[in-house]
Amino acid sequence: MSRETEDLNRRLLRARDAMDRAYAEPLDVRAVAAVAHISPAHFSRSFRDVFGETPHRYLQRRRVERAMFLLRETDRSVTDVCFDVAFTSLGTFSRTFREIVGETPSGYRRGHGPIVAPHCVQLAAMRPRVAAGETMQSSSFGEALAAIQP
Amino acid sequence: MITRLNVASIYVLDKDEALDFYVNKLGLEKGNDVRQGDYRWLTIRVPGERGTEATEVSLEQPGPPLHDEATAAQLRELITKGALGGLVFTTDDARDLYDTLKERGVADFTQEPTDHFYGTDMGIRDPFGNPIRILQQGKAKQKATA
Repeated sequence: MSRETEDLNRRLLRARDAMDRAYAEPLDVRAVAAVAHISPAHFSRSFRDVFGETPHRYLQRRRVERAMFLLRETDRSVTDVCFDVAFTSLGTFSRTFREIVGETPSGYRRGHGPIVAPHCVQLAAMRPRVAAGETMQSSSFGEALAAIQP
Repeated sequence: MITRLNVASIYVLDKDEALDFYVNKLGLEKGNDVRQGDYRWLTIRVPGERGTEATEVSLEQPGPPLHDEATAAQLRELITKGALGGLVFTTDDARDLYDTLKERGVADFTQEPTDHFYGTDMGIRDPFGNPIRILQQGKAKQKATA
């Protein structure tokens, strides 16, 4: 039982790492679930049980964290940043960004400048938390894909 | 005053597998390997560091006599979730090391070599889930992009 849990955790972590690494590419549930050797149907539930949020939300927070970085540290346009972090529609990007960060991408840019800290520190510490009041159960990877690839 | 970090420790699921990864894949060397009854004091270190210069990393396996079985199971869960602390090394050439690691079969990269204002770094995981970062210090030639 315990060994199975550890093995499942490790495989799910590998899938989570794949999202961290390939956030800028179009990812689909099948590919990410395949990294964990889990059927797409079971992947989202298992991931949520282990990491406390859906893989869709995890990937969104990763992408939004990178978008926050690009808005702070570069002068790329909001539209360019949206596509840099693999959102395919500006509307979905802006809505998701606002939902997670609490302000619009351009509002965030106005209020924040570059941060002098190592990448790994920023990556971990600057990642937005789950928006207040959100119920994790309400989001499934299926909905997520629709949002990422409308 | 404190003058040096002598030993740090990380938790692994299996000491032999850990030794194989950290020595044969990552390129570190074995430090101490001493058995005391059931306990095995096993450390790794950066090659070339010797004696009072070396910082040893102790590879610890959760379980008795340090932990009861329930605690050990909790630790193993946290290790495999990637929730525990890891190690940060420096290298003189991150991209060259990246190629070498791939040739040796390391597949669990969390980040390919990336340039930042402070240098070039990359991320990998050990076989159990512990995070490892490797940094080449010094300003990267090109502008940071990620």
